[in-house]
Amino acid sequence: MKNKGYYSEETMKRFLNPEHFGEMKDANGVGKVGNPRCGDEMTVYIKVEEGIIKKASFQTWGCAAAIATSDVVCEMVKGKHVKEALSLTEKEMVEKLKKLPALKVHCASLAIKGLKEAIDDYGKEGK
Amino acid sequence: MKKIYLDYAATTPVDKEVSRKIEVFSEDKFGNPSSLHSFGQEALFAMDHSREVVADFLNCKRKEVYFLSSATEANNLAVFGVLKKRNDPHVIASPIEHKAVLEPIKRSGASFDHLPVSSDGIVKKEKLKELIRENTVLVSIGYANSEIGTLQPLKEISEIIREENKKRKEKIIFHTDAVQAANYLSCDVQSLGVDLLTISGHKMYGPKGAAALFIKEGVDVSPIIYGASQEKGLRPGTENVYAIAGLAAAIEVLDKNDNERTEELRDRIVRGVLSELPDAKVNGSMKDRLPNNINFTFKGAEGESIMIALDREGVAVSTGSACASNSLSPSHVLLSLGLSHEEAHGSIRVSLGRFTTKEEVDFFIEKLPSIVNKLRMISGK
Repeated sequence: MKNKGYYSEETMKRFLNPEHFGEMKDANGVGKVGNPRCGDEMTVYIKVEEGIIKKASFQTWGCAAAIATSDVVCEMVKGKHVKEALSLTEKEMVEKLKKLPALKVHCASLAIKGLKEAIDDYGKEGK
Repeated sequence: MKKIYLDYAATTPVDKEVSRKIEVFSEDKFGNPSSLHSFGQEALFAMDHSREVVADFLNCKRKEVYFLSSATEANNLAVFGVLKKRNDPHVIASPIEHKAVLEPIKRSGASFDHLPVSSDGIVKKEKLKELIRENTVLVSIGYANSEIGTLQPLKEISEIIREENKKRKEKIIFHTDAVQAANYLSCDVQSLGVDLLTISGHKMYGPKGAAALFIKEGVDVSPIIYGASQEKGLRPGTENVYAIAGLAAAIEVLDKNDNERTEELRDRIVRGVLSELPDAKVNGSMKDRLPNNINFTFKGAEGESIMIALDREGVAVSTGSACASNSLSPSHVLLSLGLSHEEAHGSIRVSLGRFTTKEEVDFFIEKLPSIVNKLRMISGK
């Protein structure tokens, strides 16, 4: 099937109505990645209890793909053990979004990096 | 859903009158202008007529008008064609030139200096004199900037170059890319004092695939592609008669552009957006500016996101320039103005045109604030 827009419908849905955005006050793991130079900044928040990610949220300044991948990563890791969450791949995220323009795959990588930093942060503090 | 096009600086629709005038060149008068039979000769007649129309528009001689396929090609010919025979040439251009000027200069191997721009996007003409060297052969300054619409003082620049040329055997050549300006400003090459000038059909309600380069008589420009003798050997290849006739036809109906009306709509957008989003910033001088261009920066919201969300509402704008959309780097124009990377990434260009209505403008003003505010919520900035 030919694609009619630059982004897939799934990406657009998540970009226009993300469900997991917002700062998390009681997070015990925070990952901050990206920078204004590359045009995307993401902060991933997680609340972990007994190794399980109970909640995940994000704050992202960036393109539509950056927002959509942030939302996807939060959804995909919710309820997972941190070890399991660490094995999340770009490919799985792109599949979840149905499609991502080649130039935007790095946004999925950035979201994964944000998640890893958040998990690192959680581990570091021995929380 | 009603679709609203506010990206006229990227390209324009073909004016219906233009379409009607040139449809004959697709199936009927399809000949090759180089052919001596009647099919060829009617195509050649169209070429001659088109050249006359363009020459009138530019106030130059017919033989000073060369047709090519695009403004990028014209700018490449202007740069490489002038530099080709020169030894160790030096070029001056502003940092806010279109890539179609900057890239050829960079790739030519010529030494290159930027004529700096002020924070409002106007070149500092007073710096030109000190940048000119003994081996300077080309100065290229765009007439109106494609991203921020700022107008450059071409007459004053050409005056400085003329003074300098009085002392020289090898004259400095002055080129301008007038692609964005041609809809709204006089392109009289005599009064502008330029040696080379580029215009493009698809930015002026003609079809894509034709541009014209004015080359002042006596200016030595070498071809950059080789073949038969079309365009006096300077641009070989069978002429795109359809698009070239379209460029001429577009010029013939150019007075349909209403500068005053366009400017009013532009200012309406600026007022409307600033009243809803008071911390928005307009990039580039509001005084020396095209009547159809606005470039905004919004804190906390990224340009592509704004553009994609607006597109969902049926409104088409752009980030920086359409040509840059496939690159992740922020606009070189906005960075040259001194904007931070964050500010440059947070910008959109809105460009109006002949068919823009007040209702369309108001729809845009109504939709934009909630989009920007939502993105600010998502970014937390």
